Amino acid sequence: MPLDPSFVGRSWPPTEPYLVGREKIREFATAIGATDAEYHDPAAARAAGYADVVAPPTFPVAITMSASRQIIDDPALGLDYSRVVHGDQRFAYVRPVVAGDALVCVNSVDEITTRGGHDFITTRTEVTTDAGEPVVTVWSKLVQRGEEDHG
Amino acid sequence: MAEQLPTQTFRVTRADLVRYAGASGDFNPIHWSERFATSVGLPGVIAHGMYTMALAGRAVGVWAGAPDAVVEYGVRFTRPVPVPDTDEGTEVVVSGVIKGVTDDGLTKIEITATCEGERVLALARATVRKR
Repeated sequence: MPLDPSFVGRSWPPTEPYLVGREKIREFATAIGATDAEYHDPAAARAAGYADVVAPPTFPVAITMSASRQIIDDPALGLDYSRVVHGDQRFAYVRPVVAGDALVCVNSVDEITTRGGHDFITTRTEVTTDAGEPVVTVWSKLVQRGEEDHG
Repeated sequence: MAEQLPTQTFRVTRADLVRYAGASGDFNPIHWSERFATSVGLPGVIAHGMYTMALAGRAVGVWAGAPDAVVEYGVRFTRPVPVPDTDEGTEVVVSGVIKGVTDDGLTKIEITATCEGERVLALARATVRKR
């Protein structure tokens, strides 16, 4: 079943603020094997000009993936998550995420296409602080594999 | 003026995927259950695409000389990274080429990531502010 094309151009209400914790950043950095002092040590981060430890570049997905369930869990979209694979991912930063940030996500759908029996949806998440300061824009393209492709 | 950046190799085991699942909140069973992964047509448990992207991001940070240098970073996931249930797991090899410098002094890097000799990312590009 194709995805509902009327989702293109729609935006969703801002998510509740996500409070970025120092230990969460350390846990994420450790999980990807990143030992840089700015990810782990507040003093090193302060020396680099930040209020607290800095998050690695792909950290925002830990916030945006659950935020984007606003879109992909909507039955009206028609997405069968068991057939979904990750197609593309992109981040454009105003500044890195820093522990202590309270981040709000505004989701929208940039594009829905169908090609070769597969459906593609590109979501965009504008991540700002709860005071409205822009931090990072995150794009994710998901691919819903064709049914005959399954298994 | 393409300048080759030093290749970096990352070992990936099942334990790494479990740790990444917990840290990222992505508990899709294709990244930890052989039974589930094969039932949906995969060769076995595969790494999170975002884990591979994170490893390539570490390489970019090393090349840039700072962990907070990335201004823009995007990839396409072209092929899964199967991770066997062994002590050795598998390896992701990340290389890069400097493609140029923007008008505002940012460095553009093109990234190649392979596993078992096959490219696992395409259109993998980062823009960094070199320190």
